[in-house]
Amino acid sequence: MNRIEFRPIGVIAGKEFRDRLRNRWVLAVACVFTVFALVIAYFGSAQQGAVGWRNIDVTIASLVSLVIYLLPLIALILGYDAIVAERERGSLDLLLSMPITRFELLLGKFLGLASALGVATVGGFGVAGALLFYQLGSAALYHYGGFIASAFLLGLAFLSLAVMVSVLAQDRVRASGVAIALWFFYVLVYDLLLLGVLVASAGRFSLDFFPVLLLLNPADIFRILNIFGYEDVRRLYGLATVFPETLANPWLLGSVMVFWIITPLGMAARRFK
Amino acid sequence: MANSLIELRGVYKHFGPLTAVTGVDLQVEEGELFGLIGHNGAGKTTLFKMMLGLLPVSAGEIRIGGHAVRGEAFRQVRRSIGYLPESLALYDNLTGLETLHFFARLKGTDPTACTGLLDLMGLAGAAGQRVRNYSKGMRQRLGFAQALLGSPRLLFLDEPTNGLDPHGILEFYQILRDLRRGGVTVVLTSHILAEIQQRVDRLALMRNGGIQALGTVQSLREAQDLPLTLRVSFRTGAEADLRRCLAGQGVTVIAIDGDIARLECERGRKMVLLAALTGLGAMISDIEVHEPTLEDVFLGYAEHVS
Repeated sequence: MNRIEFRPIGVIAGKEFRDRLRNRWVLAVACVFTVFALVIAYFGSAQQGAVGWRNIDVTIASLVSLVIYLLPLIALILGYDAIVAERERGSLDLLLSMPITRFELLLGKFLGLASALGVATVGGFGVAGALLFYQLGSAALYHYGGFIASAFLLGLAFLSLAVMVSVLAQDRVRASGVAIALWFFYVLVYDLLLLGVLVASAGRFSLDFFPVLLLLNPADIFRILNIFGYEDVRRLYGLATVFPETLANPWLLGSVMVFWIITPLGMAARRFK
Repeated sequence: MANSLIELRGVYKHFGPLTAVTGVDLQVEEGELFGLIGHNGAGKTTLFKMMLGLLPVSAGEIRIGGHAVRGEAFRQVRRSIGYLPESLALYDNLTGLETLHFFARLKGTDPTACTGLLDLMGLAGAAGQRVRNYSKGMRQRLGFAQALLGSPRLLFLDEPTNGLDPHGILEFYQILRDLRRGGVTVVLTSHILAEIQQRVDRLALMRNGGIQALGTVQSLREAQDLPLTLRVSFRTGAEADLRRCLAGQGVTVIAIDGDIARLECERGRKMVLLAALTGLGAMISDIEVHEPTLEDVFLGYAEHVS
């Protein structure tokens, strides 16, 4: 068993991060998040016939809808070719001929991409957060901080899945296909599938079992993390309302999210080895 | 062997049902310039990758500097190895200097040496240019500079002169000569056999995953017992005398073109033939004796198999 060295991990992570800064990926994503966050915060209540800065609960609920679609997609696009592109280009052999283990290379790649995603997420939503703080006061900031942290965790979970895909796929085209399929499954299909099973089973499908199935989707965990505390908002959502309060502990949900980050990455490391 | 830097014992590599390397035993001595030649798919690159620890062996053992090619100890060995892959892929978005800095940091060596290496490769003027703007030859030189980071004791160079112009090739071998004076061991592959025949100390000829022949270029020539080629220039009108002289000497006349005859004779009959030609006196104006080229040796072994 090789001892883990942090220097080569840092070198790889640094390169990945700098690459994303240099090609303005971080800036572009941060701007997208800022603009969307501000637009949603201001126009989020238009359906109710009003525009303007509303309370933080409604703003966060609107942002959750945005983030659930956008962030997994961005994270999957960011990481789907992390390893497969190096392999396809032929640079993987050169990298692995250096004094670096495969695990260190994989971890370096993940951390570098995670940093880029983190800066874009925190930076993008943070700018909007500063404005919200000015408009809605400091109480809003606490909830908004939690929202940003959970959004980052959601991004990391999908980035971890993307890195796993990049290790398993034989080429970039297949990797991109699998990444898009994962996005479809977790973001669009999974909840519909659960709902369909629930309805079709006409109650035979136990409601005790149902919340556990929600934990098998990081997008649902993110949704529950952000909307469970707000009674007004909870009513707006279908699936999350069947989630028992005992399981809605933010620390428990956060831990499950961390599990979602570690597990695909661990599987990728095992396979890559 | 006491001074073997690289030792391979009974090395096999299987890819599913395909056997890419079959039972290779090989030692490369410290300070040696060792060539690995063979047809496409002979197993050279696979063997290279196994020696670098990029591919695990299916059976057998590889040791470099006395250390098995795996585990923590090999990480240290890797710091003293330079590698130039056959299909060199660098990062287009980085400049030449940034590329070297990146690999220097990864290797844990002093990045201040990068500027000097770029200078050595004639890339000092392009240090700040993005690699995407480099020509193929420039990329190859940058790749070679990368391989030299950290003053390696051992260099693995897979088709190192790919994309280099004749001047670049000469410069490359000049640098290699200087490195060898410093005790660096070099293992290289090349399809341009004329390029390496004067430069390698020993070489292994690979065929179908195994080593078909191993030794110095001269020993491989002798083992093949290929005929020598002579180019004889004679005075106008002396062709009939020349032909008379050659009769019964065991010489094959390949062609006579004007005043020049091209002949082939067995190595063992060289001195007898030269004496006979010298006996023609002023009718012969020049004699050139050509040893079989490495290419002839290579093709000779290929014919031997078929």
